[in-house]
Amino acid sequence: MTRKSFLSLLGLFLAGSAHADWALNMPKGVTELSKETYDLHMMVFWWCVGIGIVVFGVMIISLIKHRKSKGVEPATFSHSTAAEIIWTAIPVVILLLMAVPAAETMIKAEDSRDPDLSIVITGYQWKWHYRYQDEGIDFYSSLARPSLDARILDAGVDVNSVDNYLLDVDRPLVVPRDAKVRLLLTSNDVIHSWWVPELAIKKDAIPGIVNETWFKATEVGTYRGQCAELCGKDHGYMPIVVEVVEPEAFQAWVETRKNGDAKLASAE
Amino acid sequence: MATTAADLHAAEHEDHGPEKGLKRWLFSTNHKDIGTMYLIFSLTMFFIGGAMAMVIRSELAVPGLQFVHPEFFNQMTTMHALIMVFGAVMPAFVGLANWMIPLQIGAPDMALPRMNNWSFWILPIAFGILLSTLLMPGGAPAGGWTMYPPLILQTGDAFPFLIFSVHLMGLSSIMGAINVIVTIINMRAPDMTLLKMPMFVWTWLITAYLLIAVMPVLAGAVTMLLTDQFFGTSFFLAAGGGDPVMFQHIFWFFGHPEVYIMILPAFGVVSEIIPTFSRKKLFGHDSMVYAASCIAFLSFIVWAHHMFTVGMPLTGQLFFMFATMLIAVPTGVKIFNWVATMWRGSMTFETPMLFSLAFVFLFTIGGFSGLMLAIQPADVQYHDTYFVVAHFHYVLVPGSIFAIMAGAYYWLPKWTGHYYNEKLGKLHFWLSAIFVNVTFFPMHFLGLAGMPRRIPDYSTQFADFNTIASIGAFGFGLSQLIFVAVLLTAKKGAEADDRVWEGAHGLEWTVPSPAPWHTFTTPPKARIANEAFE
Repeated sequence: MTRKSFLSLLGLFLAGSAHADWALNMPKGVTELSKETYDLHMMVFWWCVGIGIVVFGVMIISLIKHRKSKGVEPATFSHSTAAEIIWTAIPVVILLLMAVPAAETMIKAEDSRDPDLSIVITGYQWKWHYRYQDEGIDFYSSLARPSLDARILDAGVDVNSVDNYLLDVDRPLVVPRDAKVRLLLTSNDVIHSWWVPELAIKKDAIPGIVNETWFKATEVGTYRGQCAELCGKDHGYMPIVVEVVEPEAFQAWVETRKNGDAKLASAE
Repeated sequence: MATTAADLHAAEHEDHGPEKGLKRWLFSTNHKDIGTMYLIFSLTMFFIGGAMAMVIRSELAVPGLQFVHPEFFNQMTTMHALIMVFGAVMPAFVGLANWMIPLQIGAPDMALPRMNNWSFWILPIAFGILLSTLLMPGGAPAGGWTMYPPLILQTGDAFPFLIFSVHLMGLSSIMGAINVIVTIINMRAPDMTLLKMPMFVWTWLITAYLLIAVMPVLAGAVTMLLTDQFFGTSFFLAAGGGDPVMFQHIFWFFGHPEVYIMILPAFGVVSEIIPTFSRKKLFGHDSMVYAASCIAFLSFIVWAHHMFTVGMPLTGQLFFMFATMLIAVPTGVKIFNWVATMWRGSMTFETPMLFSLAFVFLFTIGGFSGLMLAIQPADVQYHDTYFVVAHFHYVLVPGSIFAIMAGAYYWLPKWTGHYYNEKLGKLHFWLSAIFVNVTFFPMHFLGLAGMPRRIPDYSTQFADFNTIASIGAFGFGLSQLIFVAVLLTAKKGAEADDRVWEGAHGLEWTVPSPAPWHTFTTPPKARIANEAFE
């Protein structure tokens, strides 16, 4: 296993990695807000790159030119009010340029009115419970069997052979495309946090408190996430899978769930 | 010169040196001995906490569980953080303060020497208790160093011991802080006005006020945890009408100033070293003081940026985002001033300077990721991921710890009377600087790609960067053994003169090397001493 990992390390430096889907950057995601979040992230990142080039550039020039070994006599200046005003004022302006779009996104994210669908999410040590408020469906969602078998110390299973190791569940959350889904989060025991990067949703599930958030996914697909708040020994083993499907497929899923499968889920 | 009472008193002390053997250390009231003990204690904790980091990185080197169970993994992350924060970084700065503040302000000792002894000796007891929890039924605390309830209340027998040891650490810090403040306010050389104080003294004065302000808050928070667990209260228990989020507010009201407690003295150390090896005065000394004060003030009104996902009202989130972004301004001033200090200087690159330069580079990178984290919508994606782990390790390892290393190399010749082995020092620096980046830089990518923090195992797409980080971590850990070699050979080098470094300024360089057991038994004239070098 170790050897394999070193090989993949080598692969990383050469060209293609052994793991096809590794990423360097935040996903753009599939909601309007996740795309805005990505844009904010990139904007601040490029500002930082720019500032870094200037500051490190000046510093590197100084490190090369102003050396004792080059016989430089030290200057005697130790103060410049003008310079200090400039490098206080410019950052303030840059910060304002960042703060305004960030605030706009925050205000949009806050507006959870008029949802098409409401789901109550309850965190448990160590699984999630989903209840569709108006559809009468509820079920637990736990780590899928193949991951469950492979995760144990000295399991003797190569985790690379498990599909979506640690990121797969027995029953995913199913939602329709282009629907405004309101999530109401709480917990039955300790604090958990429900995080799906592609939806740009991370909200704590806290006992005694109901938190609210929402998303509207615009693309059909399977989106995976994990609990993001340390919640005990199996914190790393309570993933989240959201399946965004066409509205018709969602209706069909609701019907089958209502008729039989949902009972199975609640009977457990 | 007429014989004064002070001279007589000094003469009385000349003939008695330190006690022999264990008594010298156990009953010490001497700031230099206590400083040494703090530094050795800190280094010991650095290696213990480092060993725990090695357990963490071994387990995370490849996906799948190989070495430890998740329960033990969580104990390691929790203990690693508590030991590094309270056992390694904070005591190291108190050690430097003990040694250097009296020397830099021309005081004979710390103002409250017996309390000084006590505040040190509480620490081995506190950490003895904390480490002993590893052997208790249920193991060591595993709920994270932030101790969020309700999870932390699921700790086994270790729970009351955790609370008690945190109380002791707080007690030690508060006493240390009182001592620093009283010393600086009352015992400066007669002509050393506040704005003439060296930057290390200034940053420590501000840090000490932060400590006094927030350590009691931490003590209150953990006491409420204790009563929730054992005395039937419900401060943080929803079932009894309490609020688990309230703990987070109280904790981070302590926790954010705590971040600056760990970095302001580092700013001070670097502000001493860069001018020395640039052979040029610190640029904008006064604005550095104001910037540090601004940072300290702002640190009290930004705490909830650690809690952007708990579900705060929009206005609260906006306030904490704007306030947090503001910190970039005074922090920028500091960085610009260091660069301006180097500009048109006459630089040489001894080990302390190398560590300081790496500090400026890498702390700035940590500052950039800090600015990114301040942007609330983006923070929702970064929060509790490896991006945050990368961020705070950048400001704490090549930040605080590099500054501590820089300070140790800078003042070692003053402490021992000999130059350390420069070759070993440079080797230590280069290996540390390379491996610290190999360890922590890939963590940015891991976090952005979606890896949460505090998990013992991960999905296979995170494998490559985790392997790189683990290789870096082992390289970094092993490189620190070179520092031990430097210390063991510290007295073998050439003898150092009083001034030690060509460009050094300040009162500490007017006393002999090694600094005698008692210094400045009569107050010096700071200005005259300084002008002697100009």
